[in-house]
Amino acid sequence: MHKIFQIFQVYTYVLIYPWTLLAKSSPLITHVISQTPANSPDGLSLHTSTLINRDRPKMSYYFTILSPSDTPLFNIAFGTSKGGGDGIARFRFPETAQYMNQFIIHSSLDILEEAQWTNGSMYLKHIDTYPPAAAYITAFLTPSGARFLLLHQPPHLPSSTGSSGLGASSLLGSAGSTTRASSSSIAANPTSPQTEEAVRQFMNEVYENYVKTAMSPFYKQGMEIKSPVFRTRVTAAGKKWL
Amino acid sequence: MAAPPRHATMLSISNGDKPAQAQPQTQQTTLPQSPGLRVPSNRKTIYDRHLNRSRNAESSRASFAFLFGEMVTYAQRRVTGIQDLEKRLNEQGYPLGLRLLDLLFYRSTSTSSSALSSSSTSSSPPNRPLRIITLLHLIHGPLWRLLFGRAADALEHSVSPDTPNEYMITDNDPLVNTYISVPREMSMLNCAAFVAGIIEGVCDGCGFETKVSAHNQPTDLWPSRTVFLVRFGDAVMEREKVLERSGVK
Repeated sequence: MHKIFQIFQVYTYVLIYPWTLLAKSSPLITHVISQTPANSPDGLSLHTSTLINRDRPKMSYYFTILSPSDTPLFNIAFGTSKGGGDGIARFRFPETAQYMNQFIIHSSLDILEEAQWTNGSMYLKHIDTYPPAAAYITAFLTPSGARFLLLHQPPHLPSSTGSSGLGASSLLGSAGSTTRASSSSIAANPTSPQTEEAVRQFMNEVYENYVKTAMSPFYKQGMEIKSPVFRTRVTAAGKKWL
Repeated sequence: MAAPPRHATMLSISNGDKPAQAQPQTQQTTLPQSPGLRVPSNRKTIYDRHLNRSRNAESSRASFAFLFGEMVTYAQRRVTGIQDLEKRLNEQGYPLGLRLLDLLFYRSTSTSSSALSSSSTSSSPPNRPLRIITLLHLIHGPLWRLLFGRAADALEHSVSPDTPNEYMITDNDPLVNTYISVPREMSMLNCAAFVAGIIEGVCDGCGFETKVSAHNQPTDLWPSRTVFLVRFGDAVMEREKVLERSGVK
């Protein structure tokens, strides 16, 4: 009984919150609204976009390249672009995502180093899962020892995707994942063969660009990859395959 | 649907607002003007060029001989002895080995992937070498072909029970030494130390810690015959035993 009440409270909060945001109309918020017209504060469109989200789950991705000595060489966060996605990452816990994603990815290195010597292929597929954040890690190992790690996180369930950020999201995230986590993870299914294949294509494309970087006479192994061209190439690969 | 706006605000803060607040005005005005990258006049960066374009292209032997001669001269400046010189040549080759490794794998996958890029997954890319033997075969065959257009001449394992970690790759007529004449008082010197450095880079890149050195072993038929002595580290030998027991190939 108590739990139902809690959820009810959460829902009311979801419905009311966008209005409160509008009422404040701080310069930041207006900026956001102009950037993403799909999220108009109109109650009806809010509802439909929630429905679309339920049909096609949008994954959030965090991709990183680590040198053989575990130095981060390149980082990028992006979201699903296929099926009408806008390519913006929406991690479940946006406040902590910036460092938690790195944390989760680095913690999978132990497993990667085990898998590295039993599986000789470059694409090691899905190697690790971090259940508290529903983060799935896929790895690709270049012959020269650089590791490409992709963290993917299925979205919040529909109820909580409708939630607004700014403090409320962590509360909603926890409430949501306990209630209906199963439905969303099946829909997104990050370990399905289709996903693995798409990630493989993505990794191969990044690998090609990585080799081009490594072949540059001005690049030494272990240096951070700063090239904006490389970044746009990786973003394009993400748009193409994920 | 307010989670996305939330993230977008974060982005807008980190991209636009923050530098404006935190940094002086001059910084902010110069940032958008200089992206930090100089693009060639034809707008083609290294990312726009295909890696297989120069696949079958060979550089001229004369220019290579000239360049390599210069490299040896450069390494010879302020060296204390032959060993020091060989070490420097080795260090010049090492980063080349790391690069060639990636290029080698890219090229061997892309032969299939050009046809494969549609969807067929039948032809799988080559595996990373996990065992010493596969690694040495990779060096002896594909790497040598990539560098010199032919395979190396021999691959041997040390017969002595004291040194099971020693392997030898033999080249009867190394290209790098073709136009190098070593003075009599430096007869120990072998400029193929550069190639030894490349081998070391390849082994290290694959996760096999090694020391590689080049030695002169002339025969009547092959006066510039060179043996590359590959000595694997203890950790590699230990792992090799574990992998052998678990049946990894």
